[in-house]
Parts: sequence; C-alpha cells; structure tokens
Amino acid sequence: MSEEVLAILMMWTFIFIYSIFGSIDFGAGFWAMIYNNHKTMAGRIANRFLSPTWEITNTFLVLLVVAFVGFFPKGAYTLGTVMLVPVSLILFLLAIRSAFMVFSYSVQGYRRTMFIISGISGLLIPSLLIAVLPISQGGFIAVDGDTQSLLLSKLLTSPTLYLYVLFGLTSELYLSSLFLADYARVSKKEDAYRLYRSNAILLGPLTLLAALFTLLFITPESSWLIDNLKDQKIWFILSLIAFFIAYASLWWPKQNRPGIGRPRLTLLATVLQYGLASVGYGLAHLPYIVYPDLTIYEAFTAPETFYSLMIMYIVGLAILAPGFYIFWRLFLKDKRYLQQE
Amino acid sequence: MDTVVLARAFFGTSLGFHIIFATLGVGLPLMIVIAEIIHQVKGDNDYAIMAKRWTKAFAVLLGVAIPSGTIVGVQLSLLWPGFMEIVGKVISLPFQIEIFAFFLEALFMSIYVYAADRLPRYFRLISVFFVALGAVASAILISAVNTWMNTPDGFKIKPDGTIYDVSPWDAFFNPSFLSSSFHVAITAYMTGAFAVASVAAFKLLKKRPERERAYHLKGLFMSLTVALLMSFVSAVSGHHSAQILHQHSPEKLAAAEGLFETQRYAPLAIGGYTDPKTEEVKYGIEIPWALSWLAAGKFDTEVKGLYEFPRETWPPFYVHTLFNLMVGIGTLLLGLAAVALAYWWFFVKRKGKPFPKWLLWSLVLSGPLSMLGIEFGWVFSCSGRQPWTIYRVQTTAEAATKNEDLGMLFLLFLGLYALLSVLTVLILTAYFKRNPVSKDMEKLQS
Repeated sequence: MSEEVLAILMMWTFIFIYSIFGSIDFGAGFWAMIYNNHKTMAGRIANRFLSPTWEITNTFLVLLVVAFVGFFPKGAYTLGTVMLVPVSLILFLLAIRSAFMVFSYSVQGYRRTMFIISGISGLLIPSLLIAVLPISQGGFIAVDGDTQSLLLSKLLTSPTLYLYVLFGLTSELYLSSLFLADYARVSKKEDAYRLYRSNAILLGPLTLLAALFTLLFITPESSWLIDNLKDQKIWFILSLIAFFIAYASLWWPKQNRPGIGRPRLTLLATVLQYGLASVGYGLAHLPYIVYPDLTIYEAFTAPETFYSLMIMYIVGLAILAPGFYIFWRLFLKDKRYLQQE
Repeated sequence: MDTVVLARAFFGTSLGFHIIFATLGVGLPLMIVIAEIIHQVKGDNDYAIMAKRWTKAFAVLLGVAIPSGTIVGVQLSLLWPGFMEIVGKVISLPFQIEIFAFFLEALFMSIYVYAADRLPRYFRLISVFFVALGAVASAILISAVNTWMNTPDGFKIKPDGTIYDVSPWDAFFNPSFLSSSFHVAITAYMTGAFAVASVAAFKLLKKRPERERAYHLKGLFMSLTVALLMSFVSAVSGHHSAQILHQHSPEKLAAAEGLFETQRYAPLAIGGYTDPKTEEVKYGIEIPWALSWLAAGKFDTEVKGLYEFPRETWPPFYVHTLFNLMVGIGTLLLGLAAVALAYWWFFVKRKGKPFPKWLLWSLVLSGPLSMLGIEFGWVFSCSGRQPWTIYRVQTTAEAATKNEDLGMLFLLFLGLYALLSVLTVLILTAYFKRNPVSKDMEKLQS
C-alpha cells in the first residue's frame, strides 16, 4: 500500500467514525427537541446522552480538519478556497449550538431555546456537511487560471445536492433512532425504546430509497463515479445484507425475556452496513479528492511529516484509550447515570 | 478594503475573541487545581466552595472557548489556504497533538462536571488535573505553530515554492518555541489569577458578613500569590523572548524599539510613538545603553536598526506602541501584586485592617488589564512579523484566500461574537446572582 493510499484510508476512517458519531449527536439534538416534555422521557434520554458527549464529538470534527490539512495540504488549499461560504455557515451554527448547550446547563431559563437551536441546527449542520460529497464529485468548481471558486448557484439548483441532503438526513435520523433505542433499552425505559424503534422502522427503508435516488439522479459530471461504483458492487451487496439483518433484528425477540427487538445488534449491524458502503464509495472515489483537479497523489503531504503524524496518532490514541474507556463506563454504562428519573 | 486586509481583520477578530476565553480556559483550571489541593490538605471547606464556583464559571467560558477555538482552527484553512498548504507539509504535528490535548480536556471536563457526584474525591482531583493539563498543553502546542511562523525551521524551499527536506520535529522545536510558548502559558496563568483577584476584590468593596469577607479574603490572597509569582516569571520569560527576537527577528525588535540606525550601546525607548516622517521615536524616554544590554546582556552589543533591512519588509511603526503597552501592563501588574501582598502582610493580617478602596479598585482592574496585555502581545507578535506570514518564506498576501466573499461573512461573525459576549455576561451574572456564596456555604453546613 502506498503512503498516499494509507493516508486516505486513515482519512476515510476518521470521516466514517465522525459521520456515525455526528449523526447520533445531531440526531439526538433533533429528537430532544421533538420529544421535549414527552411522556415517554424520550427527549430526556436523548439529552442525557448529549450533555456529556457533544464536546467529544465536536473535537472529532476538528480532528477531521486537522488530519486533512496534515495528510493532504493541497486538498486543504482547494477545499479551503471553495468551501469558504458553506463551511463558515457550519461554523456559525456550530458556535451557537455549542454555546447554548453549555449555557442551558447553567441557567435553566435557556433550556427551551437550547432545545430549539440544537434541534434545528441538528438538521442544518449535517445538510451543509454532506454538501462536500457532491462538490468533490466534480462539476461545481470553476477554475480560472490559478483561482478556483464554487459555482454556488449551480450547486443550489442541482437536484443532486438535495438528494444527498435527503440521504444524509434520513441516515442521521435512522442512526440516531437506533442508537437512542439501544440507549433507552439500557436505561430500562421501555416506552422510549418503543418510540425510537418505531421511528427506525419508518426511517430504515427511506434511507435506502434516498440512496437509490441519489445514485439515479447523479450529475453528468459525476458519471465517472458511477462507472467506478459498478466495479465495487460486492461492497454494496454486502452492505445491503447487513441492512436486512439489522432491520430484521428489530423484530427478533429479546434473549430470555419478553420484549421485542435486539437494539444493540441492530445498531452494530447498521454501523457495519454504512461501513461496507463507505468502503465501496471510498474505493470508487479513488484517486480523486476533488474530481478532476485534485488527486491524493498531488495533494499528499511531505513523507517525513506523514510518518511522524502516523506515529503520533498511535501514541496519542494509546494514551487517550483509558480516558475514553472511563468516559464510556460513566456515561454509557453506569446504571446510576442511565436509570435516573 | 482589499481581500488581504479584510482577511487579516477577520482572522484577527476571531483570534482576539477566542484568546479571551482560551486564556481564562488555561488560567482558571490551575486556580481550581490549587483550590482543590488546599482544600484536601487543610480541610478548609471554603476552598472546596471556590473550586466549585470557579468550575461553574469555567464551564460557561468553555461554552464559548470550544466553538470559538473550532472557528479559529477551521478559519485558518478558509482564510489562509496558501499558508495552511505549507503548514500541512511542515508543521502539522503540533496541530495534531493539540487535538489529543483537546480530547483529554473534553473527556475529563465532562467527567468532572457531569459525573462528580459519582466519583471518589481523589478522582475528582485527577479529573480536574487532566482538564488543566489538556488546556495548557493545547495552548503550548498551538503556540508552537505561531513560533514557527516567527522563526521557521525544519524544511527547505525551492524558488518555485516546492518544499523538501522536511523535518517535522525540528519545525516543532524551532528556535523561539520554548521561550514563546512558555511565555504564553505563564501569562495565561497570570491572567487567570488576576481575573480571580478582580472578582474577589470587587466582592470586598461592599460591606459583607464576616464569614463571607473571610471567604473572599482567602480567594484574594491565594490569587494574588499566584499572580505575583506568574507576573515575575512572565517578566523573565518576556525578557528571554526579546533576546530571541534580537537573534532571529531583528527587524521586529528594531520596530518594537523604533530603532533605525544599527548601533552598539543602543538606547531603550519607552513610550512615545514612531514618527514615520522623521523616522525616530518622539516623546519617548530614552534610557542609554539599555537596549543593547537587554538584547544580549552586554552594553556593547550591536543592535540592528531598520535601515539594515529593505523598506518593504519593515513592520508597521505602531508595533512600538503595542510593545510598550504589553511590557508596561506586565510591569504595572507585577508591582500591583507586590504592593497588595505587602499590604496584606503588614496591615490586613497583622493589624486586621481592611484593604483600602483605592487598592481594591486597582485590583478590580487587574484582571481586565492583564487580558489587554495578552491581546496587545498577540497583535504585536503578528503585526511585527508583517509583511510576512511565515518569516522570510511567505508573505501575507500570498497566504490569503483569493475568495472575495469575505465582507458579509465578517459582519456575520462580528454579530456572533457580540451575541456570545453579551450572553456570557448575562449567564454568568444570572447564575451567580441566583447562587450566591452564602447559599453554597449553607448547603455545605446542612
């Protein structure tokens, strides 16, 4: 494996991890708004998860940017130039959301405002984030000599963008429903579990439909991607199988106890489903970062920097691992935290 | 405004806003750690109350520090894509390690805030220690990138801009890294301590029950002790940073001092302003030989003047004023902390007298002043490097984005910073009004 391919593999891994955690994070914000004061405590459960974790998820987003700059500096140059407006909007929304998350913890009066801000930005931020995919596939960047710029009006009038957004949002809500269903089950809140489960039952097929339409209505500039995707069929077939296992497990009986569904299994199988599809998509996207102007080979960092970064990732993750473990024990497993009223 | 100026104004505003919260984000955790330690050693509950209340304030400030830090981090790529392309190749290491420091801080902050009641006492101390460690490590690592801009190292560049022979660790440990990063960390501790002293002094201005007065006096004494120590260390480290300027960025030192002619026995110009017409410092006080001595410890040290360098690479003249403001505030605060502690020792502790009003009011101002000193220092460091973004490698014009849509975005973010500032003040006052010290004390007794 060449250094460049190793670097893009790391990058895709980070993107994948963030897209799962980001979906759960922003989705939880949305559900906390919808089910604010709901009798099943579904809103409170979403918020109980969100309070201690959003900061970690946010850090992961910064990690994505930093890793990209370190691995593919030229890519940072191109995307930094063309994505000025959309990324600035993301930053703006993110800042308001984060601030209110913290403020509402200190002063109760900000609760309602926080739920609304966090809920709405929970839909807007992912929509803006996913816009980077159609842009990277080509056709939305104008090159004039040395300067590159985003064709904003072309992007905004393109159905591809909206289909991607639709796919992103349905996936976000599906994943977060599944996660919260599991979280509710661990918290022994069966009513909330059923609510999130029924959301998932509705959303699952929608995500597949959205994905299908996204591929069908892809822009002519991205036809290269379709050709490449056809070569990666096997990953998508496996991904589909994972989906059906996940979806079916929503009805499987609980081990040795009454109750329906195995949310932990559903969640893991769904993560696998998205993982397999990401591998297929990532392979098809090679060697381009932004089609057709930028490949991973042109964008790659200095090799010496690459190796010291790799070493530091290993060292850093090893040092942080116990911290993450303690965190997981305290907020995702500890019954005293989960089962409070 | 042209795009480069606009990009500088935009980024400078974002950074200037973030610095306030980031500085307190480094300074307050140290105070919390110290209070927790005193509490566990002495068993005095007042220190537990302090730690708890400062944590509350810290958590609110973090609510702005995190998003504003995210903004600054990402805006680097948006506003300075040319710069980040070189950064990515040469100096991405500290950025990346900083993310781990950031994770450390975020993990243990959540644990300290949301799981405190489920944790044994010693683990609370460990958590807050890791929060403080993560915060200061972030500051040092991010400063590493800035020091590298001032004294770039660890790579070679061809005339066409191709970068080769990269050595990431040499870039990291560039000549000014240790001295400047240390200065950043220490001045943040100094500012955190003065910020606490400001609040305690303010509380002592009004008549209060003896119990509360004693509480605020403890806070004031503790913060002043830290402030004095940190002011002293930051003066020494600032002096060391100036010597690094003399060795590695002579035009910055020349501009800071308004020195045009290269000379031995160079004088130190304090105050005044650099007159661009006559090319000299006007209305300043000159101390003969002092600059030579400060630059390298000998009176006959030759200090380079601006005439030594091509005019188009001169930093702006106003950096002389910024430099004076930074050094002046630092010196003033060092003196203030010393006077206040001496007063405490001779009159408050021994004779039971209260602090006089004028001294308390000066102390109220100390926190904001210290913060201003830091802001001036950053503006000095970055303006004094102009016209370069990376000293003698890349000009600011080359680093800036070519995108012309900055105006509206700048306004949008100005609005955001104004909103967040107002909200932070509102939230802090609302919280502490509803939860006065007396309430925390009662809670502890029951």
